[in-house]
Amino acid sequence: MSTNINHKDRKIHRQISLPFSKAFQISMESIRIRFWRSLITASGIFLGIAFFVAVRTGMLFPSAGPASEVVAAENRQLWLSIMALVVCTVGITNAMLMAVTERYKEIGTMKCLGALDSFIVKLFFIESCLLGLIASVLGSLIGWFFVTIIHLLGGEISHMTAIFWLGSLKLIGLSTVLGTFLTFLATIFPAIRAAQMPPAAALRVEI
Amino acid sequence: MASNEYVVRTKGLVKEYTMGDQVLRALNGVDLDIFRGEYISIMGPSGSGKSTLFNAIGGLDKPTTGSVFINDVDMAQLDAQELAYLRCHTIGYIFQTFNLIPVMTALENVTLPTVFAGMSTDDGIERGMELLKIVGLGERFFHKPSELSGGQQQRVAIARALANNPSIVLADEPTGNLDLKTGTEIIHLLKKLNREQGVTVISATHDLKMVDVSDRIVWIRDGRIAKIEERAEIELHIGEMEGEQEELTH
Ligand SMILES: Nc1ncnc2c1ncn2[C@@H]1O[C@H](COP(=O)(O)OP(=O)(O)OP(=O)(O)O)[C@@H](O)[C@H]1O
Ligand SMILES: [Mg+2]
Repeated sequence: MSTNINHKDRKIHRQISLPFSKAFQISMESIRIRFWRSLITASGIFLGIAFFVAVRTGMLFPSAGPASEVVAAENRQLWLSIMALVVCTVGITNAMLMAVTERYKEIGTMKCLGALDSFIVKLFFIESCLLGLIASVLGSLIGWFFVTIIHLLGGEISHMTAIFWLGSLKLIGLSTVLGTFLTFLATIFPAIRAAQMPPAAALRVEI
Repeated sequence: MASNEYVVRTKGLVKEYTMGDQVLRALNGVDLDIFRGEYISIMGPSGSGKSTLFNAIGGLDKPTTGSVFINDVDMAQLDAQELAYLRCHTIGYIFQTFNLIPVMTALENVTLPTVFAGMSTDDGIERGMELLKIVGLGERFFHKPSELSGGQQQRVAIARALANNPSIVLADEPTGNLDLKTGTEIIHLLKKLNREQGVTVISATHDLKMVDVSDRIVWIRDGRIAKIEERAEIELHIGEMEGEQEELTH
């Protein structure tokens, strides 16, 4: 009897510590096989971050004109960048909430097949970080690129100082982290909620 | 065949759903003992509590009161990990809507439970192919569910349910979305697995074709067991029913 229990414990343990590499593999596969859906989700993140970075990049170029106008313009840009952040957050949350919600049934099914709650959360964690990272890097680079090109064409090449380059680098880096983090946050709460539901409830969700 | 060892026992099972200030009793004191190796059909009108009983026996939902014993283990005593282990190894689930993972191929769907069981990829694939052959889909392993007919999807689901050699297969209206002929094939496949592999089959159903193959039929009504019929008792009217079905098919 005791050997039996030991045997069972060992097997349960093996199941609990389903290797990270396996979860990573399933997540990658999951992004790949629903490529078009992933692309749409990612474009939500991409556009949000690109918009935010574009506004912030514009702020790296000093405004010209009388002092009062400069202050007004800077205030406007600050507002715009806060709005951009809000739009970006809403966009990402919306995309990820949909992406998790439409998979409630899949989550319920996986639990019927013996998946642990933590494994399901792990899957969504990896998926959201990968998706968030790729979309945010691309979004930051492209948002920055377009605004910079427009200013260059406007003859502002003299503003491309070391300060500008340093600011750009910092902006792109921070925005990438921000986008990835927002994607992760927007995914993980609905994923935890779905994973903790009794399978019967998750399976019943219709969208 | 059926032994005298219990594989599933329920005691005073009650399930209440609360909606606002209304309480609905979907199960109202169900005591049911099922022997290892039996083929059981749970029949009853729509809304009588068949799916609710399916969820309780399968550990997919917690009963309000009462207990479910699987192989003499009280399901309420299991922690989350043990429950996942039970779902993985002891019970195989089959649904009316098949519930295959749409983005995965037939083989990947069948292999998934072996991943959760900690089986190596190679062993899992070997097991998956073997099962797909058993259900008669050996050649179509690389197809996505959307490329398969309803009957074929249900065969994949049956193969998936058997992936980790469960002692119980639980089915909720497995023929509900299938036509008469395909439904009959699925029923015979389940019966074959029941006979050859000794797996206990418990199926909630409206489908009178199930009567032919069942060892016992549990009739439920308003969340209670109305009667339990043994195969021997019903053998008499099977002739009539088959007659009716013949007429339907022709
Ligand atoms: N999640 C739920 N919330 C509220 N009520 C529910 C829920 N699930 C089931 N019920 C109610 O419980 C009763 C039994 O439902 P159940 O799904 O078990 O019936 P059933 O016998 O499976 O019916 P059918 O043959 O139509 O599938 C019904 O009155 C139903 O409305
Ligand atoms: Mg039902």
